[in-house]
Amino acid sequence: MTKKITYAQAICEAIDEEMARDKNVLILGEDVGVLGGNFKTAVGLQEKYGDLRVKDTPISENSFLGMSLGMALTGLRPIVEIMFSDFLLLAADQLLNQIAKIRYMSGGQAKVPLTVRTTIGAGRSSAAQHSQSLHAIMCHIPGLKVVIPSSAAEAKGLLKTAIREDNPVVFIEHKMEYNQLYEIPEGEYTIPLGKANVLREGSDITVIATSNLALKAVKAADELAKEGIEIEVIDPRTLIPLDRDTLIASVKKTGRLLITDEGYERCNIAAEIVMDLMPDIFYDLDNPPERLCLPNFPLPFSPALEFPLIPDQQKLYKKIKKIFEG
Amino acid sequence: MENKFKPIKSYNLNKEKLLKMYFTMTKIRDFENAITDVYSRGLMNGLAHLYIGEEAIATGVCANITPKDYAVSTHRGHGHLIAQGADLKKMMAEVLGRKTGYCKGKGGSMHIMDASKGILGANGIVGAGIPMATGAAYSAKYRGTDQVVVSFFGDAASNQGTFHESINMAAAWKLPVVYVCENNLFGISVDIRKVTGNPNIADRAFGYGIPGVAIDGNDVLEVYRVTHTAFVRARKGEGPTLIECKTYRQKGHHAGDPGTAYRLEEEKETWVKRDPIKTFKERLIKEEIINEKEIENLEKESRKLIEEAVQFAENSPFPEPEEAYQDLFYETEGVKER
Repeated sequence: MTKKITYAQAICEAIDEEMARDKNVLILGEDVGVLGGNFKTAVGLQEKYGDLRVKDTPISENSFLGMSLGMALTGLRPIVEIMFSDFLLLAADQLLNQIAKIRYMSGGQAKVPLTVRTTIGAGRSSAAQHSQSLHAIMCHIPGLKVVIPSSAAEAKGLLKTAIREDNPVVFIEHKMEYNQLYEIPEGEYTIPLGKANVLREGSDITVIATSNLALKAVKAADELAKEGIEIEVIDPRTLIPLDRDTLIASVKKTGRLLITDEGYERCNIAAEIVMDLMPDIFYDLDNPPERLCLPNFPLPFSPALEFPLIPDQQKLYKKIKKIFEG
Repeated sequence: MENKFKPIKSYNLNKEKLLKMYFTMTKIRDFENAITDVYSRGLMNGLAHLYIGEEAIATGVCANITPKDYAVSTHRGHGHLIAQGADLKKMMAEVLGRKTGYCKGKGGSMHIMDASKGILGANGIVGAGIPMATGAAYSAKYRGTDQVVVSFFGDAASNQGTFHESINMAAAWKLPVVYVCENNLFGISVDIRKVTGNPNIADRAFGYGIPGVAIDGNDVLEVYRVTHTAFVRARKGEGPTLIECKTYRQKGHHAGDPGTAYRLEEEKETWVKRDPIKTFKERLIKEEIINEKEIENLEKESRKLIEEAVQFAENSPFPEPEEAYQDLFYETEGVKER
């Protein structure tokens, strides 16, 4: 049985279900209370659970994220919403120096059940400070798990697991998806971290696609199938931990690899994944691995400038076609 | 500042409590002197920031702490830990990078934590513990307990954004936290008076709508008294208090810094004359609460404990190299991470 809801509603359901399940789960962040979230991912939760459990914070990212660490260390299971991943940079110290490291620094004494939800993605004419996809930075620092779901169904199942996880998780949502309608399973379900999802099987090339690019890659694959190119599309779901086995098996089968991700091209997670897999796939490759990412420029405001930069279905189509045409 | 102390008897503290305070202060002093010693003997790597001259603050504050409460410390944290009853042997072993240390050699002096005692950790980033303490206070309120959280930080941290952001939230939500600013006048080499428009940190409390009190941080009994009021206020759910303890860092920034290049010898001498342990001892003897012999015994006991701690640490093994690859994640489902 499935039902049709938006990506934002799926996120909201995951939070609601986990708050109902565990009284130690709370959510805090800018506009999560009265407004129900800037992206409507917490609608009705404050009315249902009260002001203490659904807390509107002041614009103080570094400190309210740091507060969530104090909560996690003393028995709570906080969910923190950072409206844009661009704003996570304001909280970089608490996320990257404190939350990520306290367990290790304390010799394993600290347990940090904490979920940081944030958003990525361009396409809203929000210009250079509200459109970035900065998850690669979170992956760089040891001590965080990084989850990056594609569809609403994936987002719901993965978020529920993230909230139950006893380690800090950065949960990356794509803001262009919030209002999209999706079929999602009825009833309760979770999706484990560290298990990639093969969205479409194919024999000619493996496309590892993060976030909503996984869905776009499937559409590009359907188009290319008509031209005789069979694409295997894999949604890694989680970047830390990375499901190497599934990715390696796929590349061994197809002999070709393209990674697509909406982060900047330089130091993109794609480079890391390729280097990580390379010892296991080098002799199976027929072509050099390729990547399709955001060019190394800040995101411009005008749609006339913005859309040409963003990786999409059409650009994937062209990129893959070029791999086969040489 | 002159030595204007109120009579000890006016504080209504029994002899046992007073002696415990004196004993805590001497343990802190002896621990820090032992650090200087192990550092000069080449046994210690890295940094250790000494608390010498500031012992009255941790001691006076923590004399109010009960086992259920929490405290968040700083890079200059040995005193806070000892005053909360941390294990001296495990502390010294950590400072020397041994396997038997609090953090199994992964944290060192700057990251000692004792979760079992509510010591939520020292911190290597100035001002970074303030949000954590504030969050623990939110948690205490959320869980409906009467726990109080102490947030220790220095004068330099009061110029970090976390100070403003966190105290603002604690004030807005009446969180049970006691902010203790240890104003020792220096951030490494920089004099707080040269980089701060109003170097009276306690004055800022007015802007947040909470009580702010500046006190003599070298007077353990004043620290105890004022913190006590703040604890009572916090436990009653009336919100945070900002306490500025005026004190002086008698040594350099860390064990290897002579601390001579950037401060006035005259000022230092004034403060050394007002040494918190020396003056408290004089008061205890003058008011005939304790005699010289009893004091001597306490001091001997303190030195013995610290010597044992050093011995324990020196005799402890270093961690095995493979332990560097442990303790990153709490393993729940047996999922392996890199």
